[in-house]
Amino acid sequence: MNDQTLLQIRDLVLYFKTSRGDVQAVDHVNLQLHKNKAVVILGESGCGKSSMAKAILRLLPRNVSQYHGQVLIDDLDVMTLSDEDFRRQVRWVKMSMVPQAAMNALNPVLRAGDQVAEPAMIHLGLSKDEAFDLAREMFQNVGVPVDFLTRYPFELSGGMRQRVAIAMALITHPQLIILDEPTSALDLLTQANIMNVLKKIKWETGTSYILITHDIATSSELADEVAVMYAGQIVEVNDAKSFFAQPLHPYSQKLMASVPRLYGDEEPDFIPGRPPSLLHPPTGCRFADRCHLRFDKCDQEPPTFWVDGHPVKCWLYEKDHQAASYTSSEAGDAS
Amino acid sequence: MSIDVKATPERVQADSDILISVENLHVWFELKKWGFSHVGWVRAVDNVTFQLKRGEAIAIVGESGCGKSSLMKTLLLLNRPHKGSVFFEGQDISNIKGKALKWYRSQVGYVQQDPYGALPPFMPVHRILEEPLIINGVKDKHERDERIRQALQEVALTPVEDFLNKYPHMLSGGQQQRVVIARAMILEPKLLVADEPVSMLDASVRVEILRLLRKLQEEHNLSVMYITHDLSTVRFFSERIFVMYAGKLVEQTHIEELLNNPLHPYTKALLTGTSVPDAANATHLKEVPPGEPPSLVNPPNGCRFHPRCAHAIAGVCDVKEPLHFEPVPGHFVNCWLYEDGRTSFPE
Repeated sequence: MNDQTLLQIRDLVLYFKTSRGDVQAVDHVNLQLHKNKAVVILGESGCGKSSMAKAILRLLPRNVSQYHGQVLIDDLDVMTLSDEDFRRQVRWVKMSMVPQAAMNALNPVLRAGDQVAEPAMIHLGLSKDEAFDLAREMFQNVGVPVDFLTRYPFELSGGMRQRVAIAMALITHPQLIILDEPTSALDLLTQANIMNVLKKIKWETGTSYILITHDIATSSELADEVAVMYAGQIVEVNDAKSFFAQPLHPYSQKLMASVPRLYGDEEPDFIPGRPPSLLHPPTGCRFADRCHLRFDKCDQEPPTFWVDGHPVKCWLYEKDHQAASYTSSEAGDAS
Repeated sequence: MSIDVKATPERVQADSDILISVENLHVWFELKKWGFSHVGWVRAVDNVTFQLKRGEAIAIVGESGCGKSSLMKTLLLLNRPHKGSVFFEGQDISNIKGKALKWYRSQVGYVQQDPYGALPPFMPVHRILEEPLIINGVKDKHERDERIRQALQEVALTPVEDFLNKYPHMLSGGQQQRVVIARAMILEPKLLVADEPVSMLDASVRVEILRLLRKLQEEHNLSVMYITHDLSTVRFFSERIFVMYAGKLVEQTHIEELLNNPLHPYTKALLTGTSVPDAANATHLKEVPPGEPPSLVNPPNGCRFHPRCAHAIAGVCDVKEPLHFEPVPGHFVNCWLYEDGRTSFPE
């Protein structure tokens, strides 16, 4: 782990208990994120993207059956902390979250200003007046008129509510913000506006983002790195430049091909089938059944191969590239 | 891309080729205080005129609150026009009731936005598809079964036996949307109204559903009204495109023409706002017009887009409502910028 690394996830596992067995929502996931960078987690619904966000921020439902691995933020392994320490030291202090459909995540009976100021009072120990001053500043940062502080959520439009939710996540100046589908319920121009706000915040305050989305086109507005998730596993991590030009994993290639574009003659294609159930995922490569490049080897689980410094979980890259565990090749990657 | 252009966006004269003709349509909703005293109107659709030919697919694009759903619901006769009229095959249907209304509804299929919300959770697929047949008097049980099977085959839910007895929650999002489409198609309508049919679906499934709709449109010579806010899916589906803003139709033309030569500043903003996957996007901010769409109770004077428009002409755009110009043949725009015969967007 070098100075530039903010977050390091090693072998993170989150399984949920159900009457029919364990749902392997997050299955041995490795990911690292540098300071002031944004990583986008892409995948279809039901691939474990949101579960991963919850696992990082320890916002777990009651039916967890397995939850282990390492999550290091600034060299602090947050998985070893007790729930109370986690709440005091990590949540909203080191990282915060803008939940999915954040526009409906606000408390309807509290004024917008009260909701935004509250984390500052609790986590930074500010007085009510100081917290409101900070909230006012945050409103300006995200482009909400300051007099909206005293409005109730129902008096705001969807885009404004989304901005308030972002202001709430920002107020304690965390180093990392997890954005779970922050714009998917919004109109096109509002979406572009929110992306502008997020970009500005990133440039001005040096915040890092984990952006979880299935909207590939919009994700490129923010991405420095792209991690593709399929059936609970990360199958490819790549930098944005090479990913949007030429993704490596067949699943990523198919995903990119499914994006309709405004110009150009390529007709978008769809991916046949659907992601496997996470109750009993296939034993080999989990994408094999839908893959257009499938061959014999795909019946065995592929290890992670390093292709030009980018991990890819696919047998296609076996010939030219060394399989390596995440940790041993890190030294080379970090340079 | 291999879509052949079937209809040119010329203003067509009334003839048997026209399925739906909308003339000076106003859909206004009354605002009342204490339930009776009149306070004002929400002008959801304000003076919209267009025609839709048989077998033609049009797209209506606009943000939420621009009146596209009100327009659609009026075509389904879920709303009644406040002023103006809607003609279906030459007949004024604005005020039909009873049997005529029931007949009209059987001629129009509706594909809802959220498939799970649109399907009754307590009914299996065959029952969902049987319902419209029972209502419309298909008495023979055997015939109903046959048509249900045929409809399922048409939307590629095969083998049919696997799906007949399933409940909506047992299907994936894409399959649910197929059932919704099958239900819309089972009465063999002449017009299909699709309200954001793919916005709730995964990217990987979207294209599949759009292709299915296109196939049905071509095979049955259906007219389709495709309502969306996503410009990038429009060109794979429809021939003409209408852009709506704050209850007004601001631009209408052929889709390729719109993409290559957008005229209205609002259309331009929509195109700029649409992302294309490219890592370079992350390095600069997008140009977005300031502010939000206006309230439809007190819309701004003159052009409704002028408070957000960088090209607004003081003394004109904020006073006079823009006229309907045709700077390029077949390309209509409601914007004062084109009064002097300009044919492309000012740089």
